[in-house]
Amino acid sequence: MAVCVAVIAKENYPLYIRSAPTENELKFHYMVHTSLDVVDEKISAMGKALVDQRELYLGLLYPTEDYKVYGYVTNSKVKFVMVVDSSNTALRDNEIRSMFRKLHNSYTDVMCNPFYNPGDRIQSRAFDNMVTSMMIQVC
Amino acid sequence: MEAAAGGGCGSGPPPLLLSEGEQQCYSELFARCAGATGGGPGPVPPDATRVAPGTATAAAGPVADLFRASQLPAETLHQITELCGAKRVGYFGPTQFYIALKLIAAAQSGLPVRIESIKCELPLPRFMMSKNDGEIRFGNPAELHGTKAQIPYLTTEKNSFKRTDDEDKQQETQSPTMSPLASPPSSPPHYQRVPLSHGYSKLRSSTEQMHPAPYEARQPLVQPEGPSSGGSGSKPLRHQASLIRSFSVERELQDSSSSYPDEPWRITAEQREYYVNQFRSLQPDPSSFISGSVAKNFFTKSKLSIPELSYIWELSDADCDGALTLPEFCAAFHLIVARKNGYPLPEGLPPTLQPDYLQAAFPKPKRECALYDSYSESLPANQQPRDLNRMEKASVKDMADFPVPTQDVTGDDKQALKSATNEALPKDVSEEPATKSGLLPPPPALPPRPCPSQSEQVSEAELLPQLNRAPSQTAESSPAKKDTPYSQPPSKPIRRKLRPENQTTENQEPPTTVSGPAPVATVKPHPTVQKQSSKQKKAIQTAIRKNKEANAVLARLNSELQQQLKEVHQERIALENQLEQLRPVTVL
Repeated sequence: MAVCVAVIAKENYPLYIRSAPTENELKFHYMVHTSLDVVDEKISAMGKALVDQRELYLGLLYPTEDYKVYGYVTNSKVKFVMVVDSSNTALRDNEIRSMFRKLHNSYTDVMCNPFYNPGDRIQSRAFDNMVTSMMIQVC
Repeated sequence: MEAAAGGGCGSGPPPLLLSEGEQQCYSELFARCAGATGGGPGPVPPDATRVAPGTATAAAGPVADLFRASQLPAETLHQITELCGAKRVGYFGPTQFYIALKLIAAAQSGLPVRIESIKCELPLPRFMMSKNDGEIRFGNPAELHGTKAQIPYLTTEKNSFKRTDDEDKQQETQSPTMSPLASPPSSPPHYQRVPLSHGYSKLRSSTEQMHPAPYEARQPLVQPEGPSSGGSGSKPLRHQASLIRSFSVERELQDSSSSYPDEPWRITAEQREYYVNQFRSLQPDPSSFISGSVAKNFFTKSKLSIPELSYIWELSDADCDGALTLPEFCAAFHLIVARKNGYPLPEGLPPTLQPDYLQAAFPKPKRECALYDSYSESLPANQQPRDLNRMEKASVKDMADFPVPTQDVTGDDKQALKSATNEALPKDVSEEPATKSGLLPPPPALPPRPCPSQSEQVSEAELLPQLNRAPSQTAESSPAKKDTPYSQPPSKPIRRKLRPENQTTENQEPPTTVSGPAPVATVKPHPTVQKQSSKQKKAIQTAIRKNKEANAVLARLNSELQQQLKEVHQERIALENQLEQLRPVTVL
């Protein structure tokens, strides 16, 4: 379903970014990068009074002609960004939420590995497999 | 059946009176001869009961073979054939066959071949089977039957399997740096010897080795066992029948499990024991788990790269909780050992390394758990320093396992430990250089432990195997320089275990002498243990005294810090007052 999945650290550098290899990946990288601004905007808008109640799922960040970009932030300011093909109208919000939940779970599993230093690139094979399953699903 | 047989043949030979054993034997032989012609169904004996007596005939070929196997002269066999009526009727029906067998038995007993002979009680006819007959006996020489014949004779098979396996495994071994311990390439021979005592593993090994081992290797084995099996007549047949059935069930089990052709991923009992010891050195309670940081420090000493260690952790921590239970730890350790020996890491956790499989295959003994439970309860505060102690010892032990240059490891370990325990145990760290220099220093003052309630005598029994293991571990370590550090680690656990049993205290001196003779006299555990137990009482008393002194020191320190805290509080109050006084000024 997802055409591109990215995990961005708190300092706004990518921990993990992967796109479907069909088109030039640079475009997706650029889209993810620009989406970070939108994410920050959403966080800051909600942040002050409702920090505790802020929902992790941010929803549609912005649509483009061909794609839609969804965002998700964890409590430690790690952002998940997902780019989805716009032609995929069958995708509902719940499905996007569940995909982000899976991403979050896999991310915590990666964190539990004592050999993983927070801030390193994510090289876990289990994480890769999970992302692959998400990306291939629609295709 | 006797009457029917007698009546069925009409005015031929007189009615046969067969005993139970004879009846069974004859019917089986007949069925075999009859069944062998048609290339027979698999399990032979059950069919015998289904063969309708009057309908089946035994072909001349197998019957002739059988008769020849009785080792009677040809003339006698001709006579028997005539007498039993087969020549007359032209075929070997059941009656003819039984009469013939009875005549054979008579002839073998020395009686003349006459009809009257068969009326008396006779032993079963004996058939010396040749190799071909053996094959016929066992039906089609399928794999199933081949192994069926071998199940009672696994001892001879073991050697042949071991030979072929050793060859196979030596071809597979590529790694030049073989660890002295049971590394995966050497585990198959161990595996052949050690788990062969377990029934399940025995069969499993036979099924697995069936595939690679050439079938011809087994055939010569069948031959020498043929005569002995022939002698027992129908007994092995029936035995084999039940064996076949049970074996087929087990084969189904093993077909699912025989998809574990990966020998390197199977943990032998020796390896398992070693892993459990290493686990205990990090975490005394085998039913609890090792935290991630502790495990990370431990596994980092293996000198594998961090990504590889990360991947191994990912494979072995099945529940992804950041901690390793005992089976997870064993799996991780095994993967590390395999990787050090050159095996590529698998894509997924092999089935033999799954935690539930490991727990089922090697259930841990309860008494050790109990001992360590009481242990861990009594040592909450002193856990940390001792863990570090043990980690150091574990690292020292690991130098034998991880085939790396030992000098580098010792240097790194020293540094790692120094940085980690700078605040906690300067004493222990300073002793390590002394250890490495080859001296046997007086044992460091272990953080004194309150004596827990008397533990079971079982702990002594455990000590003995551990003492015995310690010499074996020292034997395995190649550099002589390491013998001293090795001797120290076993002495420490010995002392620790003995202490809980003793209530009286002792000087610190006897522990010195204890650790001195302990490595030397590890071969004589019993007298040493008793001496130690008396000396350990004094050690405990000394430890208690030192504990009290330390308490006093800490209490003093505490009071001083409290004083400082009060002063700081007062300063803060003063500053706040000043701030309030200043504030109206700034607002204006």
